[in-house]
Amino acid sequence: MSTVHSHSEPQDHAADKLGMWLFLFTELFLFGGLFLVYAVFRSQHSVSFHNAADELNAFTGTLNTVVLLVSSMTVAMSITAVRYGERRKAMLLIGVTLILALVFMINKYFEWSHKFHYDLYPGSEVMMNMEHGEILFFGLYYMMTGLHALHVLVGMVLLTITLVKVQRKRITVERYHLLENSALYWHLVDLIWIFLFPLLYLVT
Amino acid sequence: MSKSDTHISRYRELALVLLALLFLTLLSVLITELHFGALSVFVALTVASVKVFIVLLYFMHLKFESLLLRLLVGMVFVLYGLIIIVTFIDYFFR
Repeated sequence: MSTVHSHSEPQDHAADKLGMWLFLFTELFLFGGLFLVYAVFRSQHSVSFHNAADELNAFTGTLNTVVLLVSSMTVAMSITAVRYGERRKAMLLIGVTLILALVFMINKYFEWSHKFHYDLYPGSEVMMNMEHGEILFFGLYYMMTGLHALHVLVGMVLLTITLVKVQRKRITVERYHLLENSALYWHLVDLIWIFLFPLLYLVT
Repeated sequence: MSKSDTHISRYRELALVLLALLFLTLLSVLITELHFGALSVFVALTVASVKVFIVLLYFMHLKFESLLLRLLVGMVFVLYGLIIIVTFIDYFFR
């Protein structure tokens, strides 16, 4: 593009990464606020939270955990591939990450539609007749997994852009910051799920 | 030049990290199946914290980043811990 910035600037890289991390901090607190609400309500309605969490399918949650963990590894490997100059391998690894993200979303779709089938969604009659604590649990469940799923979608868009740029050789051995930052974002999605999974699905 | 620019994670290393994470996932599923009550919340959150720590260090490459970045990330988690403590103090003593 402009000739001024065409030479490599090592400082640029550090600033890029720092900026991405600052953004990730705001994301952590976005979810952190919801975790805090969860913790307080759970301490006040522990029995209802226990009963409500029992209705979630632990298998679906575990499966999605495994899917996200594997996808985190593949995206981390894609950075290695780009830095070794193995373009095809990098594209393959980002592609696998995208497929795993899609698997996660399909899984989520079935999980949610199963609940919708039994009229279990915010504002439904079934839910309004539940105990106060259970309403709170399912409200938080939809809010937290919904916001998380939105992040998965954003991550997929970012990774798709990255994939195209690797293919067009805009991301190379020297310039891989976009891939690195997209990967950081993807790891954040994984990170949040690591906490969501035991809190919503396991601890009943 | 910082360590992060020279260090490249090896494929095998990343695969081993994944294995460790999958093992911890299995562990947390099995432990909560046993229903320890209040203790299982504690155990599940401890295992989750270990997993998050591993992801931060290896997948997010923090082990090889500058001291500044590592301190910043650490401080954010400490800050969040403080917020939790202050909130619960408020709820239990109001």
